[in-house]
Amino acid sequence: MTFLSMFDDQELDDIRQQQTEWEENTLEPTLEAHGERKDRFGTVSNHEVDRLYTPDDIADVDFDEDIGFPGEPPYTRGPYPTMYRGRTWTMRQFAGFGTAEETNERFHYLIDEGQTGLSTAFDMPSLMGLDSDHRMSEGEVGKEGVAVDTLRDMEILFDGIDIGEVSTSFTINPSAAVIYAMYIALADQQGVPREEIRGTLQNDMLKEFIAQREWVIPPEPSLDIVTDTIEFAVDETPKFHPVSISGYHIREAGSTAVQEAAFTLADGFAYVEDCLDRGLDVDEFGPQLSFFFNCHNSIFEEIAKFRASRRVYARVMEEWYDAEKPESKRMKFHTQTAGQSLTAQQPLNNIARVTIQALAAVFGGTQSLHTNSFDEALALPSEKAVRVALRTQQIISEESGAADIVDPMGGSFAIEKLTNELEAEIMAYLEEIREMGDGSIRDGVLEGIDRGYFHREIGEASYEYQQRVERGEEVVVGVNEFTIEEDTSPDILEVDETTRDRQLDRLEHVKDERDDAEVDATLEALSDAIENDENVMPSIIDAVKAYATMGEIMQVFEDHHGAYQENITPV
Amino acid sequence: MSTEMGQQSIRCMVAKVGLDGHDRGAHVVSRAFRDAGFEVIYSGLHKAPEEIVQAAVQEDVDVLGISILSGAHDTLIPKIMDGLEEYGAKADTLVLAGGVIPEEDREELKAAGVAAIFGPGTSIEETVEFVRENAPDR
Repeated sequence: MTFLSMFDDQELDDIRQQQTEWEENTLEPTLEAHGERKDRFGTVSNHEVDRLYTPDDIADVDFDEDIGFPGEPPYTRGPYPTMYRGRTWTMRQFAGFGTAEETNERFHYLIDEGQTGLSTAFDMPSLMGLDSDHRMSEGEVGKEGVAVDTLRDMEILFDGIDIGEVSTSFTINPSAAVIYAMYIALADQQGVPREEIRGTLQNDMLKEFIAQREWVIPPEPSLDIVTDTIEFAVDETPKFHPVSISGYHIREAGSTAVQEAAFTLADGFAYVEDCLDRGLDVDEFGPQLSFFFNCHNSIFEEIAKFRASRRVYARVMEEWYDAEKPESKRMKFHTQTAGQSLTAQQPLNNIARVTIQALAAVFGGTQSLHTNSFDEALALPSEKAVRVALRTQQIISEESGAADIVDPMGGSFAIEKLTNELEAEIMAYLEEIREMGDGSIRDGVLEGIDRGYFHREIGEASYEYQQRVERGEEVVVGVNEFTIEEDTSPDILEVDETTRDRQLDRLEHVKDERDDAEVDATLEALSDAIENDENVMPSIIDAVKAYATMGEIMQVFEDHHGAYQENITPV
Repeated sequence: MSTEMGQQSIRCMVAKVGLDGHDRGAHVVSRAFRDAGFEVIYSGLHKAPEEIVQAAVQEDVDVLGISILSGAHDTLIPKIMDGLEEYGAKADTLVLAGGVIPEEDREELKAAGVAAIFGPGTSIEETVEFVRENAPDR
């Protein structure tokens, strides 16, 4: 294969010569007279950046192999040939609305407004696989999202909505298989063929152990359930994304941009390896995998992160896992702006931060985007703040021109150089993780969780950042510089105190009405399936149809595998 | 155990209550307390109020820092305060709260006995200083 350099050797020599002259004649006198603001310039992840980038920095870039064209491997420039000129990214705002009835009302409103993508936020007990009447659920029922105990709640949630017509995103993890089963049960009730249902289940358990920290059973059996859902989705719901491999939470836990990309890709490859071990075909399940990233303030680093991630994914899927179909090598992802970058001080400043981050995500080629609300560091977002967040995306899409050129930053000396640097650092982490697993990324990730490797790596980055802020090396506007005296009391979103009582009444009512013998029989069958290493999805579907509760179903898994106890490393 | 300086170090427990898994702040504060020379015990995640009370009493801590970002602070923190009271530990434990706690809810928590509430953007130094100045004498 020929090396398609972007500059010939003679030109590069000339440029180097000119740069030396510029440094001597133009730069030096200025540096001597005024100096620079800092000795060292770095991103929010403390990745050092140079003063200036020139063709010399990307002399070893092969245009065809490294950059190429959008819609073609290695997809550095984007997964699709026309990107936002064809259709802008999906503006998918995620929010919780208390009870199933209220969320249902909201869904109807959104559908009437022409939206076809629904997004469901669950309350903490549902996320942790606990029923609303569990001791640990007190104070948390219906807060920040809808409570789902049984299929009855899902029936109310989707009442009057044809689930063959909408695409639904479920942000849920340890109990994701139960929600997936309930959605399939709903399709069966409505007479919608299973192969027609569309949506995304977050269902990324590995990142839970690494960062978000919602779990029920230990990592290895948790991974088994994820693989069961992928296998089931390939067979029965091909338009449904069974897992959204997520770096968002890893970044929110304080990781660097490189760690976010590297650990997320490692999780993705761990799922790939687990599926391959089951005998699944990479070109069958590969296209159903999708990703979810964070976008922080350092614009150039973020753009480089997205471009490098796509390139690494394409290369590794092909070289390590023998993917052949383009769809198996093409990384698609959702992005959310960085919640942890928002400040409680001078909250309106957050609109500027979110705009910068959203713009970086668009330059980076995201397929969908959630922009945070400016008041999120203070309380649950107000309606006004949610609207401004959505309008920010619309202004970028409609007014800025950012959506009109495919990969507009491609070819920038700085961006291409940073993309190369991040790719190399991501690969170094992947190799290290593979080493930990004796040649297996899957085993390396499990080992890393067990040893506290990820926790330590992220914790150090997070603490190091906090120290830079304290030393004033990182300026956070309104926090350690440009501060004012102010009253930031937000408009408080009223949480209905009767939510819990209504939910408990409904749960009790369902339990009174259902056939307990049938519930016991289906839970017994699930237990047998776990015992015999069978795919658990069919048994969970039977159990939810018998109105077994989420807590009862998760308890069967806990009975087999035990509750996960974090191996807490002393700080 | 004797210390050559003749001064016992401050015993702190950093606790996560309820189902909320946001533990970045708890870990940063734990490390900062350790770097400041305090003894630090971390509760681990997903603890019920009574579990935290029992651990704090058993470990005989001077300072209990409760981290919560889920919005359930108004239910869970008063339960911890009641529990400490029950064990007669409320008077000699400095209780701090950290996380996303709206201004409106703070008076009530302070009335329940929380000494200080540290919101997002609080500097580590400020928190450490507060503990140094206000930790109960042993």
